[in-house]
Amino acid sequence: MSGGFDWNVIFKHIPFLWEGMQVTFLLTFLAILGGILGGTLLALCRLSKFSSLAWFGGSYVNFFRSMPLILVIFWFYFLVPMLLGRPVGSFYSVLIAFTLFEAAYYCEIIRAGISSIGQGQVQAAKAIGLTYQQSMRYIVLPQAFRNMVPILLTQGIILFQDTSLVYVVGLKDFLVTADIVANRDNRLIEMYSTVAFVYFVLCLLGSLGVRRLQRKYAL
Amino acid sequence: MNYNWNWGVLTQEPYYDWILSGFGWTLATGSAAWLIAISLGSVIGVMRTTDIPILRTIGTVYVEIFRNIPLLVQMFLWYFVLPEIVPRDSGMWLKRELPMPEYSTAVVCLGMYHASRVAEQVRAGIESIGQGQRYAAMAIGLTPVQVYRYALLPVAYRIIVPPLTSDFLGIMKNSSLALTIGVLELTAQTRQIEEYTFQGFEAFTAATILYILITAVVMAAMRVVEKRTVVPGMISLEAK
Repeated sequence: MSGGFDWNVIFKHIPFLWEGMQVTFLLTFLAILGGILGGTLLALCRLSKFSSLAWFGGSYVNFFRSMPLILVIFWFYFLVPMLLGRPVGSFYSVLIAFTLFEAAYYCEIIRAGISSIGQGQVQAAKAIGLTYQQSMRYIVLPQAFRNMVPILLTQGIILFQDTSLVYVVGLKDFLVTADIVANRDNRLIEMYSTVAFVYFVLCLLGSLGVRRLQRKYAL
Repeated sequence: MNYNWNWGVLTQEPYYDWILSGFGWTLATGSAAWLIAISLGSVIGVMRTTDIPILRTIGTVYVEIFRNIPLLVQMFLWYFVLPEIVPRDSGMWLKRELPMPEYSTAVVCLGMYHASRVAEQVRAGIESIGQGQRYAAMAIGLTPVQVYRYALLPVAYRIIVPPLTSDFLGIMKNSSLALTIGVLELTAQTRQIEEYTFQGFEAFTAATILYILITAVVMAAMRVVEKRTVVPGMISLEAK
């Protein structure tokens, strides 16, 4: 190691790192949104009385939960442009990979949340003449989501950490921008420890926030 | 969609060997890391349930640090940063003499990362037993070590078999991150086949099937273990 540490390298590159962080945030946000949406549909499939839907939901979840995220990213990185017949940029391929992958995890959380709403509620909804859609829309899902919020957010924090895996396809997120600076200026130690510190602070604040929320909103 | 499928690539030399050796490295990395995770994780988890403040604090700090930094970043810290910040001699040793440097680093990193998860499971398991058992064990004159050894841990481990199974599968999947520091495990090998032959999808398919195989075998085995170890009258904790 020549010449000791130079922490100035961080401050010099804050705008560049911030660009990367925005990609990380955007990817996290969109993947959470897509994941929850897909996860809800999958959970309804899994809990459906139609056995083919239940089977589809179950297989989907088991399939994606058996795969490492990196492999899923590779799959879609090559698959998406080929299916569309034109290059779409790594962001969209990766976003699709994350959404589909996370949907499997969100599905399990949401399924547990829905199952935690007693059958009594569903039967009561039926008794006052609500259709399946209405009972889900007005009775089950609102309560289920309230129960699930802390776990959904915790999964969001995990997802935020997982977005760093876009490194394997070189999408310029927070880690990759830091990595570019690190290698160009030969400041690996400073850059990597800063990245670790930033992730640590954000995730710790996030999980402390979730814990507070959990105490406040517990039913 | 124009892609020339050529499944033959999977049975050709050297690609067939690459996949097999990658599969081997995945198993080797995951299993070795699991040994670290389960032993260290048990210690940390137990520390967090004792009534000695300093032990509890150490346990909590460990879990928060390792849980709140992305695994990939931790991998880089171990591989690139650690050799530079330890004293010169140890740094030299890490860089020059550590046997199989990428593999060893990946195993330690994965193991310590997953230890924080195992610790949380062990803690949850112990806490779910309830204080009654602890007091009862103390009342019949067991020392604190004996309380854990004979009363709490045997029950706790049996309760947490399902979440531990899912952690074990997690470590197998996360071993794919070792590719970022140069371990040629299963995912890395398929990526390499893609680069050499442009037959990426065949290679990815093979890897996907092998990962599903690992999951299926482990799940089937653990279902048997779970049946045998389930504590009568107690529900086991949900797998995550």
